[in-house]
Amino acid sequence: MRAYAIETAAVADAEVRKLMRDPTELMSRAVQPVLWLAIFGQVFSQVRGIPTGSLRYLDFMAPGILAQSILFSAIFYGISVIWERDLGIVHKILVTPAHRSALVLGKAIASGLRGLVQAVVVYGVAVATDVDIQWTPAGVLTVVLAVVLGSCIFSTFSLVIACIVKTRERFMGIGQVLTMPLFFASNAIYPLDLMPGWLRTVALANPLTYLVDVLRGAMIVGGTSVHAWTTSFAVLLGVFLALLALAAHLYPGLAR
Amino acid sequence: MSASAELFAIATSRLGKRFDQIMALDGLDLGVARGIIFGLLGPNGAGKSTAIKILTTLLDASGGSAQVAGFDVAKEPVEVRRRIGYVPQLLSADGALTATENLNLSARLYGLRGAERAARVRDALAFAGLDGVADKLVRTYSGGMVRRLEIAQATLHGPEVLFLDEPTSGLDPVARHTVWDRLLELRRSRGMTILITTHDMEEADVLCDELAILHRGRLAAVGSPAALKAQVGPEADLEDVFAHFSGAVMDQGGRFRDIRESRGTLQRLG
Ligand SMILES: Nc1ncnc2c1ncn2[C@@H]1O[C@H](COP(=O)(O)OP(=O)(O)OP(=O)(O)O)[C@@H](O)[C@H]1O
Ligand SMILES: [Mg+2]
Repeated sequence: MRAYAIETAAVADAEVRKLMRDPTELMSRAVQPVLWLAIFGQVFSQVRGIPTGSLRYLDFMAPGILAQSILFSAIFYGISVIWERDLGIVHKILVTPAHRSALVLGKAIASGLRGLVQAVVVYGVAVATDVDIQWTPAGVLTVVLAVVLGSCIFSTFSLVIACIVKTRERFMGIGQVLTMPLFFASNAIYPLDLMPGWLRTVALANPLTYLVDVLRGAMIVGGTSVHAWTTSFAVLLGVFLALLALAAHLYPGLAR
Repeated sequence: MSASAELFAIATSRLGKRFDQIMALDGLDLGVARGIIFGLLGPNGAGKSTAIKILTTLLDASGGSAQVAGFDVAKEPVEVRRRIGYVPQLLSADGALTATENLNLSARLYGLRGAERAARVRDALAFAGLDGVADKLVRTYSGGMVRRLEIAQATLHGPEVLFLDEPTSGLDPVARHTVWDRLLELRRSRGMTILITTHDMEEADVLCDELAILHRGRLAAVGSPAALKAQVGPEADLEDVFAHFSGAVMDQGGRFRDIRESRGTLQRLG
């Protein structure tokens, strides 16, 4: 148990150090949410085309954009794993006696911390665009947990894909193909009620929907979650553990 | 531990590996005595890296068995991993981390803790001759510095058996010699068993107590450098030995993929 924790922390520590040395990477990923909130959000608030109850559209959308920014940055995590494979770094890690799932979990946790940086950026833009942020300790803590768990899910999902496709070219193709459906088949920028039945079914099987749902209740003054937080966190945790097991199983295959 | 495990650090029996159409290893029987430097030679694509990947538990064999440090690589991979070190064919220290950070990562993954870990990392830096640049990013290092770091990184947990895949390819002559020094020191001071692959016959001659020549996944010859030379002719050097046992493949020039892979070693970390 103790060994497992040390191994996980060792990988997370190395990953975070690398992240902090690459602030341009971090910042360039933050541009997208700025554009969505500052332009798309502003325009659609004027149009009032999407019924969001008593919430302003911009307030409704801000949690969705936070979730989106987490998804979009975590989903390309697999690229760095493929890079490490090409360099032989993966091989060197895999000849150690460390638990395979600890290696994968360490990477997920590092991605969770990176998600928090994204969250700070989105909060900054949200404040600048006058979104009504809920600054209660419970609200902020819930957002932190959800952001970390969401980042873990999508980065591990990305790692699973990387382990399957193994080359950068194929990964980039698949990454593009997956993110858009995940984003649009969710409640990120419109309520589930607006969707046709089949799409709502898809959205209910999409972990992003549960992430957004929690964020919507926790981040915004007057925002409401459709599902109980316990339900959403249970779903998110379950999805993460399943992905973690799968990734731990596939990761050693990268050395072949 | 069986008698053969006491004698041999590495023992394989009819070890085979198939990749689709290619038999990369074809019934390899190998015994490497404890405490020696063993050289695995052979042209591009002979199966050297494949053999190392199986022995280091990275790859599953498709036939036969292998024991390393007394444990079966397929049945007890974790026990094997605790007792081996591995330096891959590519320069694989993480260029985005410093030497200290690279070493700390490995040390933690090998279960070293606290003061013990700090001491081992310090010793490893001294061993690699990198004290002065320990906190610089590895991507600023020369190839020779990276290799020394990697050897230190692969041995800081005190393995019984060390595997190095072409440790000196792409290094300048001075760097090459410092790598040899490090390996000889590991054998002398720690009695480590070392298996290296190389295309460099001088290296094989200077460094290795025993050599095996692989040819299309099979063992073409095995013996001490002197014995192999004597086998080929009175005036023969190791180049002659190599040509004698793998000449046919040399003429064909190796397959493109194999050559590209060995070139790739040099163009990294930048
Ligand atoms: N992952 C793989 N998939 C398919 N074929 C492979 C794979 N790895 C190796 N091979 C093939 O297996 C054979 C042995 O390759 P290996 O890398 O073991 O050779 P090598 O002796 O290390 O050569 P080099 O001196 O070029 O490093 C080659 O024909 C190679 O193309
Ligand atoms: Mg090779």
